[in-house]
Amino acid sequence: MADTVQFDLVSPERLLASVEAREVQIPGAEGDMTALPDHAPLITTLRPGVVTVTGAEGTQSYVVTGGFAEINPESISVLAERAIPREEVTQEHFDEMIREANSRLEKAQDAYKNEPGPVDEAAKLLADMVAMGDEIGLATTSRAAAP
Amino acid sequence: MPSLKDLKNRIESVKSTRKITKAMQMVAAAKLRRAQDAAEMARPYAERFNAVMAKLAASVGDSESAPKLLRGTGSDQTHLLVVMTAERGLCGGFNGNIAKLARAEIEKLKAAGKTVKVITVGKKGRDALKRDHSDLFVDHVDMSDVRNVGYADAQAVAANILDRFEAEEFDVAKIFFSRFENVVSQIPTMQQVIPADVGGDEQAQDDGAFYDFEPGEDEILRELLPRAVATAIFSGLLENGASEQGARMSAMDNATRNAGEMIDKLTIEYNRSRQAVITNELIEIISGAEAL
Repeated sequence: MADTVQFDLVSPERLLASVEAREVQIPGAEGDMTALPDHAPLITTLRPGVVTVTGAEGTQSYVVTGGFAEINPESISVLAERAIPREEVTQEHFDEMIREANSRLEKAQDAYKNEPGPVDEAAKLLADMVAMGDEIGLATTSRAAAP
Repeated sequence: MPSLKDLKNRIESVKSTRKITKAMQMVAAAKLRRAQDAAEMARPYAERFNAVMAKLAASVGDSESAPKLLRGTGSDQTHLLVVMTAERGLCGGFNGNIAKLARAEIEKLKAAGKTVKVITVGKKGRDALKRDHSDLFVDHVDMSDVRNVGYADAQAVAANILDRFEAEEFDVAKIFFSRFENVVSQIPTMQQVIPADVGGDEQAQDDGAFYDFEPGEDEILRELLPRAVATAIFSGLLENGASEQGARMSAMDNATRNAGEMIDKLTIEYNRSRQAVITNELIEIISGAEAL
């Protein structure tokens, strides 16, 4: 069994990381997972969270929102709509993300008054964002007014 | 025959034109490098994205449960054409070629009795199509404030299109842009984005891996298909950016060379007429002296 796996993190605008990794933690839509080399093929969507890569050169974390991960025995690709190295995330970035999630929630509330589905989804997105903020130690300044 | 003074003025004016076109060419060359880098950086994402989409689409197939974005609305009566061009001219046939392709498609669809709607991205395409098809315009996206195309710009365009699709304003969407081949050749391209055109099904089946999907295939597809539209538009915009600068660079290169040739021609003419004037004066002096 190979003890490393090729890990790639790409956002639409650039390739952020391409390293040999020993393990990768991925915030999957249905729960966090840690992928080791020789993982069974899997495709999962992401929820907002932190991707952590452990490789030969230590550990690297990235904040990702939206997208999906493709896991193969010999390679792991994370395609995120937005990905920022954890240490570069500022309060501004975070506020922006919260604002986006907020406005999506409001829009969903307007558009689907009688269907809880999309509203719940948007609310979950916002909750995930807030949880991610707590995890990386950024405060949520503009919390949504509860519906 | 123009006087010496006129010739001199013309030479000066052509010289300053040459300076401008030369400067524009150099600016375009610098911008081209940046645009090409941006296009290259975005390629891994688009490639992987499409590979995964192909896998997903292959496993979901044409089943009834497949989302509309993949399967289509079941009709192809109304077509939405998204024509992406530059905000600026002076770039050779770049804008014209995209508009020509779009116009041909509009004519074809109209002849087939379809309803056509047009969204223009970038001012020049709008201007080019305005005369014949302004009645088809449904929206215009202004990119003049955007200096470097970001994913957010593409997302905004995609959101616009998807909202219209949700509201059942059209059945089929196609984007028009110019694929960047190299500096001298940019190929106007039409690409269908809705329903998603996921090629490479065979290739997806070839690699034989059976994927687990989390949550389900349908949920993932539902989430990814809108992103596929944004991704397609984003790569279209980036290709367009590189093509525009490439086209401008070669157009300005030609203009600079033409100005140089013109200056040479005018200079020869100027020298000839100056010589003629001198010769004339000499003849007058000599014949005056002989008469004495």
